[in-house]
Amino acid sequence: MALYSEKVMDHFTHPRNVGVIENADGVGEVGNAKCGDIMKIYLKIEDDIIQDVKFETFGCGSAIASSSMATEMIKGKSIHEAMALTNKAVAEALDGLPAHKMHCSVLAEEAIKGALQDYFDRNGIPYDDKDFPNSEHCPHCE
Amino acid sequence: MQVYADNAATTKISKTALDAMMPCFETYYGNPSSLHTAGQLAKEQLESARERIADCLGCEPREIYFTSGGSEADNQAILSAARLGERKGKKHIISTAFEHHAVLHTLQKLEKEGFEVTYLDVREHHNITARQVQDAIRPDTCLVTVMYANNEIGSVLPIGEIGAICKAAGVPFHTDAVQAVGHLPIHVKQENIDMLSLSAHKFHGPKGVGALYCRRGLPLVNVIEGGAQERGKRAGTENLPAICGMAAALEEACAHMEENAAKVSALRDRLIAGLSQIPHSARNGDPEHCLPGIVSFCFEGIEGESLLLLLDAKGICASSGSACTSGSLDPSHVLLAIGRVHDVAHGSLRLSLCADNTQEEIDQILEAVPQVVEYLRNMSPVWRDLQTGKRQYIL
Repeated sequence: MALYSEKVMDHFTHPRNVGVIENADGVGEVGNAKCGDIMKIYLKIEDDIIQDVKFETFGCGSAIASSSMATEMIKGKSIHEAMALTNKAVAEALDGLPAHKMHCSVLAEEAIKGALQDYFDRNGIPYDDKDFPNSEHCPHCE
Repeated sequence: MQVYADNAATTKISKTALDAMMPCFETYYGNPSSLHTAGQLAKEQLESARERIADCLGCEPREIYFTSGGSEADNQAILSAARLGERKGKKHIISTAFEHHAVLHTLQKLEKEGFEVTYLDVREHHNITARQVQDAIRPDTCLVTVMYANNEIGSVLPIGEIGAICKAAGVPFHTDAVQAVGHLPIHVKQENIDMLSLSAHKFHGPKGVGALYCRRGLPLVNVIEGGAQERGKRAGTENLPAICGMAAALEEACAHMEENAAKVSALRDRLIAGLSQIPHSARNGDPEHCLPGIVSFCFEGIEGESLLLLLDAKGICASSGSACTSGSLDPSHVLLAIGRVHDVAHGSLRLSLCADNTQEEIDQILEAVPQVVEYLRNMSPVWRDLQTGKRQYIL
């Protein structure tokens, strides 16, 4: 299909890191079913390194591909590197997304940030609130 | 093998229709408005097409106006009735909540001008009753416009009964029959239809051509101004190849209607029986009054676009009322109108069949859909929450 790049189709039809981590160190969930997109990210973190990452996604092809690509981009990286991941970088790594699908890459970034925030909260690690957009707020539902 | 199960979106042109078009490019290329022989030969073809289409609908040839398709016909019918009503001080219109956008957007435009529109509730049986129309008619009602059959869920509306009510009340009655013409027996006079829209590519004719039937005596307002074609009601040189293709396709569809409907509805029923086996799913549409070829389902816990892409990867062309497939943010207004909540409406699938589909193709669909639904559910956090009891099943 010409709608999506080959990279998007590859990550959609062969998603990496699908699943759940039991006893994860951080879990982030964004979106809602009313909108048609929910993304959930599970992190296993040791010595500030993301040892493992898994995702579950309810959503369109680009949402699944964005989650898959984003998990691949942070696996084995430091939490600082993961914090720096932007939706733009996810979209670029997928060779682009259609304009009306860019919010899927935003969800991926927010889900990872949400999981990291959960990790910081659980471990009493201080952080700047500014780095974490309020993912409860969904502009698509308004 | 590609399985084409999206015939409600459009159909493959039939050989008969294609053969009818070719001479219009090569032999009858004159302008039907020209006085010379080439023009008059083209004019003969045009009028023959008009007669044959009129025969299929049970009206007079002069009551057929060729258009660019169903949308234009819907626009012209509704605007014409509204202008007529306005002159008499009548500015109330009755329609349904699950009309095609060609109707709904035209009505919304009229609402901005001060018209009042009653959108009949379609939640019960995913259909309306003639009684609902009867109860909604007011002294200032200038038009009833309800579709003959719904394009997304296949419900067939009680058009004959509604026609009788409108006739008795003296209210003009338009029906968007784009999804019904060529598939259901239609007789505009017997059903008291004043205006009817149709589109050729829904019955194996070419794209970009349709027609508006408008009862004699009901004044039409132009949507396209210009020359005197179509009795002055629709300007522009006639698309003769497409018009002749449409006439041939419609004649063919009507000649084989009974056998096609029997074959297609048997395939449809197999699909319904098979897909109903998928847990936490629901069929959309009126089960008793349904088009032969349309099957619509909602599957809880998944999203329709990803379903379509994976089916496409397995060679199956289908469609969905999911928001993600349309580029809009909301799922199909039809699914919301019949009472499906957003969460469930996102997980919709429409399969629409024609007489070219085979039992083997139904086997292929029935093998693929459950696999894909399960695959997507297994990666869906919504499905996990449903299964662990964190979220309540809706279906």
